[in-house]
Amino acid sequence: MTPAIFWQLVLGFGAISLVSVGGGIAVLPEMHRLVVEVHGWMDSADFARRFALAQAAPGPNVLVVGLFGWHVGGILGMLTAVLAMTLPTSFMAFGFSRLRARLAGRMWLRIVERGLVPIAVGLIAASGIILAQGTGTGWLPLAVTAASTVFVWRTDYSPLWVLGAGAIVGLAFL
Amino acid sequence: MTETDLPRPVPTLLDLFLTYGKIGLIGFGGINAWARRVLVEEKRWLTDQEYAETLGLGQVLPGPNALNAAIMVGDRFHGTAGAIAAPGAMFGGPLVLLAGLAMLYDAYGELPTMRAVLAGVGAAAAGMVLGTAAKMTQKLKPPPMLLAVGLTALVAAGVFRVPLPYTVLGLAPFGIWAAWWANRTP
Repeated sequence: MTPAIFWQLVLGFGAISLVSVGGGIAVLPEMHRLVVEVHGWMDSADFARRFALAQAAPGPNVLVVGLFGWHVGGILGMLTAVLAMTLPTSFMAFGFSRLRARLAGRMWLRIVERGLVPIAVGLIAASGIILAQGTGTGWLPLAVTAASTVFVWRTDYSPLWVLGAGAIVGLAFL
Repeated sequence: MTETDLPRPVPTLLDLFLTYGKIGLIGFGGINAWARRVLVEEKRWLTDQEYAETLGLGQVLPGPNALNAAIMVGDRFHGTAGAIAAPGAMFGGPLVLLAGLAMLYDAYGELPTMRAVLAGVGAAAAGMVLGTAAKMTQKLKPPPMLLAVGLTALVAAGVFRVPLPYTVLGLAPFGIWAAWWANRTP
């Protein structure tokens, strides 16, 4: 990895992270601009494939920036991109966490926290819909998604059972 | 609400590290649904309400929301050490896995078998995420106006694909107003 690329990763993803309200994936269009349009590190199709690869793997969705970093700088590029994307906002979150502890119990803070709850839950549901749309067409993926929804909602068994079942259905029919 | 009356276990620093490591490695389809499953249902360190509040704050702050939530949960139980251990474990495992995947991808491109398995897992993970949202709503029992804010967030982000910063910052005042309204008429 050249020093130039190192700084492009640090400054590019560092700047993107600071505007990523709502989650790392909220700024995917900005990442596309940086990786494909500004620096020309890969084309749009390659960008989409790497995004799909990161989505299919477990872990925080934002790790997709690691694959972009990997492409231009190997393992060091991967670490640089992930740290640039996560460290600056981590310090802000930590500072906020301390502030929150100091203000604990204030009525206005309780109300703000309660008011943000439905947005958190609504966005979890939205990410489920977006994931379902990304898994392909036809009735079979839809049936797997529906069965899995009911299983996780109505039972307390580990969701790993439905993921395993999904893998077998995928292997056999998709 | 009997479950909130039982004493809640407090994790050790090692518990926190190992548990977040597990959440990272099984976190198909995103971390949040899995973090709720493990922290609220399996470990009982947090209630549904506490987890949802922490995640909600994580969403209005810049940065990956699962990371912001992990920092806050870590700090809550073990201060600075917890705030490093929880997100470090959550990112560390998947990062190693992803480096392996990247090497395989460079060497072989995409294998059709792998693709089929991942499509099936993806469809199941989508259902896992939707089922979690349904379960949280059922347990949190939001008053009608808060429910309306949640459904608006779902439709805006999930159906119309409104960019997340607009969804979060646009709906936050309405959510806070609805919470204030529900609070003054108990």
